[in-house]
Amino acid sequence: MNRAWCRAFTSAGLLLFAVSCHRPLTHVESGGRDQVLHLGNGTEPQGLDPHIVTGVPEHNILSALLEGLVTEDPRTLEVRPGVAESWTLSPDRRVYTFRLRRTARWSNGDALTAHDFAYSFRRILNPALGAQYAYMLHVLRGARAFNKGKAGAGWEGVGVEVLDDHTLRLTLENATPHFLELLNHYSFWPVHPGTLERFGAFAKRGTPWTRPGNFVGNGAFELREWRVNSRIEVAPNPHYWDASNVALKGICFYPIDSADTEERAYRAGFIHRTQTVPIHRIDDLRRRRPGEIRFETYLGTYFYRLNITKKPLDDARVRRALALAVDRAALVSNITRGGQQPAFHFCPPGTGGFTAPSGLKFDVVEARRLIAEYLSATGQARVPPIEILYNTSESHKVIAEAIQGMWRDQLGLDVKLLNQEWKVYLDSVTQTNYFTSRAGWIGDYNDPNTFLDMWLTGGGNNNTGWSSARYDELIRKAAATDDTAARLRCFHEAEEILAREVPVVPLYFYVNVTLRHPTVQGWHPNVLDHHPYQHVRLQAP
Amino acid sequence: MSTHAAPDAGGASLWRDAWLRLRANRMAVAGFVLFGLITFLCLAGPSIFTQHAFDQTQLSEHFRGPDRNHWFGTDALGRDVFVRVLKGGQISLAVGFLATAVSVILGVAYGACSGYAGGRVDMVMMRAVDILYSLPFTIFVILLMVMFGRNFILLFVAIGAVEWLTMARIVRGQVLSLKHAEFVEAARALGFGAPRILAHHILPNLLGPVIIYATLTVPAVMLLEAVLSFLGLGVQPPMSSWGLLIQEGAEKMDIYPWLLLFPALFFSAALFSLNFIGDGLRDALDPRAAKD
Amino acid sequence: MQASLARFILTRLLQAVPVLLIIATLTFFMVRLAPGGPFSGEKKIPEEIQRNIEAHYGFDKPLGEQYLRYMGHLLQGDLGPSFKYVGWDVTELIGQSFPVSLQLGAFAMLIALAVGLPAGVIAALRKNTAADYIPMGLAMVGICLPTFVMGPLLILLFSSKLGWFSPMGWYSWRDLVLPSLTLGLYYAAYIARLTRGGMLEVLGQDYLRTARAKGASTTRVVFRHALRGALQPVVAFLGPAMAGLISGSFVIETIFFIPGLGRHFVNAAFNRDYTMVIGTVLFYAVLILALNLLVDIVQAALNPRSRLE
Repeated sequence: MNRAWCRAFTSAGLLLFAVSCHRPLTHVESGGRDQVLHLGNGTEPQGLDPHIVTGVPEHNILSALLEGLVTEDPRTLEVRPGVAESWTLSPDRRVYTFRLRRTARWSNGDALTAHDFAYSFRRILNPALGAQYAYMLHVLRGARAFNKGKAGAGWEGVGVEVLDDHTLRLTLENATPHFLELLNHYSFWPVHPGTLERFGAFAKRGTPWTRPGNFVGNGAFELREWRVNSRIEVAPNPHYWDASNVALKGICFYPIDSADTEERAYRAGFIHRTQTVPIHRIDDLRRRRPGEIRFETYLGTYFYRLNITKKPLDDARVRRALALAVDRAALVSNITRGGQQPAFHFCPPGTGGFTAPSGLKFDVVEARRLIAEYLSATGQARVPPIEILYNTSESHKVIAEAIQGMWRDQLGLDVKLLNQEWKVYLDSVTQTNYFTSRAGWIGDYNDPNTFLDMWLTGGGNNNTGWSSARYDELIRKAAATDDTAARLRCFHEAEEILAREVPVVPLYFYVNVTLRHPTVQGWHPNVLDHHPYQHVRLQAP
Repeated sequence: MSTHAAPDAGGASLWRDAWLRLRANRMAVAGFVLFGLITFLCLAGPSIFTQHAFDQTQLSEHFRGPDRNHWFGTDALGRDVFVRVLKGGQISLAVGFLATAVSVILGVAYGACSGYAGGRVDMVMMRAVDILYSLPFTIFVILLMVMFGRNFILLFVAIGAVEWLTMARIVRGQVLSLKHAEFVEAARALGFGAPRILAHHILPNLLGPVIIYATLTVPAVMLLEAVLSFLGLGVQPPMSSWGLLIQEGAEKMDIYPWLLLFPALFFSAALFSLNFIGDGLRDALDPRAAKD
Repeated sequence: MQASLARFILTRLLQAVPVLLIIATLTFFMVRLAPGGPFSGEKKIPEEIQRNIEAHYGFDKPLGEQYLRYMGHLLQGDLGPSFKYVGWDVTELIGQSFPVSLQLGAFAMLIALAVGLPAGVIAALRKNTAADYIPMGLAMVGICLPTFVMGPLLILLFSSKLGWFSPMGWYSWRDLVLPSLTLGLYYAAYIARLTRGGMLEVLGQDYLRTARAKGASTTRVVFRHALRGALQPVVAFLGPAMAGLISGSFVIETIFFIPGLGRHFVNAAFNRDYTMVIGTVLFYAVLILALNLLVDIVQAALNPRSRLE
């Protein structure tokens, strides 16, 4: 071997040695000193315009950059003063008057006034913007007509009035008990009028006003860096009204799509918290990182829709038999394994203080009896075959395979599986072109209405072909009344109807399984998975 | 005389020679034996060696390591991995063979015609290949699915549609360099038509690269099948395939290694044996080898 | 030769224009035919709001009019805004992610060539010896370990166990090592097999036997004569492979969390991000056309008997 080769090998060896010895501190190790929080954040956000975006990753970032009239308690989610330091409610519970704090500022130092909120509400409701979540504001008087662009329905008709720079009056269409909770949704958050005008973004989507350097917000943090598919970084906003109480010196959000990659990033000390955990790792992590894997109740239900326009699902007996034949306890303890709660009704227990009656159970004998009854009543020898539709994902697949096995083994049904790519699946569901399809529903706010109004006749998310006049009446009545006990009675009866008619088979209530490092303090589990960052700090426990 | 001998006269003895050479090649014979063994196991194994069914779930038995009852352990639903690997082999072998055959036939025919015709025809044919390379595969597959529903034949159409393109380009390149070779010019001077020249003079000289690339296509096709399953076009669960089993096992290798190990072993063994068969075939069919 | 080469390249460039237009047109209609749109989601949008969004993007116009408008913009070099990533233009997104994929792909290709070519040549020269079986066995292992297995395997070894590299990310030069190795070894295996095959094909030919018989050294024979002929199939394979490599690998970029073009390529289709799909497809098409042109030139140069056609 000649000399050049020797040299090359030696230097390669040295390089390898250097690589193996020199290891910089991980983000988690240096967290206590730097106070920079690193978070896995699911997918790349659709954008950072609060009036355009629609998802959870977007919420996680925007809640650092913007603040609404109110905020929420990090533990209980109870409404707390935000930009508004106080508010009053009229006796008919339709008119809210907010007092804005005089210290509220935008991140460029401009004063934040009631005009800015009016501008923001007008923008999201402007039909030309095509804002998807504009319907969140339809609770405001005249907002729906304005948003539809109806002739004669001008902005003057919408229940938003600026009384003076620091007083905002909002008038509602009907008394809405959960209105203040709605204000915590980013569709109600303000945007900086000067910046939007500069980019012509009032009625235009997709202008670069949301970029670092352009973005002006009013939250505890301001946007510093944005690299698509890589990282979004925020730094403290010195003009935030409560800046002195913000401990973190920065937050980095990583859009890590793959749960396996995210879990590896966590184990390598790269992030403080994951968005999720791969199902197949739960057992292992329970053993190895018992203090770091967290199981937190989440406001969501996993269920199967049944298409009642297709044979044999047009028969309530078959539908109920399907719901009774599922061994939910076995499903959650052996497959999902995150301590999920088996679902024997639709609305997650405790949603807005409501726990539904358990109208369903695991009862194979009854299920078989119902099938036999159906067969003899219709004069058939076998139940016609059905198909389970799910969008491609390993966890949906495993659950579908398990349910297929239960229906086949317990009821002798011929069940096929059909997986489709996400958008194709959505198309099949909205066109009611399936037998039974997997679905999940996450509550938009902490009230049973967000779950139960799905099954209204012709509801945009019903998609089962099911309809019940009594059910519609109950949900309408609950929405119109202010009397808590009467509302709960309506929801109670509505759940009973669902259990009897079974347009859906509830399977389990969601649990958020995440990894969170013990140094993350001031981060409290709650059903909406909201964590106001101004309360978070990094510190050895 | 050129060594690019055309096996024109006495074809029968040439095939017999090839067969003799193949039989004398120890590696090729080993490849055949191993491959035969795997095929037999996959086809007959599920009913002979195990009483487990590939879709029999037993939730409480999930993620068990290999033991006397479950030789290869169990998966997330407590299903027997041994029988699933064998069942999956049926799918993978079928897909691997048929889709490769489709891509070889299409690719060789297309590439040979394009290269031999040359000029404007070649230009149009090759630009068509460029266009097909570029079209978005995901969308193409989704459209196939939506228009024709799930159908096993579609799987071959989809896989064939992408896999023959590189083969066509390889063959075309070879034909371009062969068509001005002396023995081809000689055949042309003798008045042979294009089909005859292609079939009898050019094709035998293409076999080497074609066989090699075909053996490389088999694993690519088997893995592509797993990707197509994601779009809903592949096999229908609870059925599985080697590609799918490997894909699902990959991220679990450090905690449930048997889920990756066993399907990967079968997959690799099949590919190794195919490879030896391919090399043996190549050597045996080499038109020049007869002169050795 | 110079003049004919220039004319050849010019012709191909001229051909590229209609080819790209055909690709853009086909893709435009294919992606519109696919079910679901960029704004469909789990929660159904109220109808009046759906109408507002469609009006904003001009989706309420007839498809033919939308097509003409899109092509009009395209001919001015405007690929339009992304529908999914609101606030970003397609050109910007490609411009940000392509350099990443290019670096990764180029590095992987270097590894693939540096490992694959010598392995293939040596194996062919020492056919049916250990020097043949061992590299070819390893190459088969490389082919049997697809990237989605090799990636996690390398991470397990060099990150989780040894702690030498970060398991993911694209933040320092170290982050280049594992992903380009994963990608490179896979292609190395292909190149090694194709090179060996090509070499065996050529080594049997008369002119090489003659050269060897005349006492030319093996190195000289290999480099002056054999490799030129042997590389034909390798080069044909390399064109599309290179285009695939530098336009990014979805699997690798997902496993290693790398902000490359491959993720955009696949996600655009899943998101029905119409403009992004056409943009990435056109970008890839340009790469394919350029590299296939290069391949044709190299093939002609390698083989004195074939002409540029």
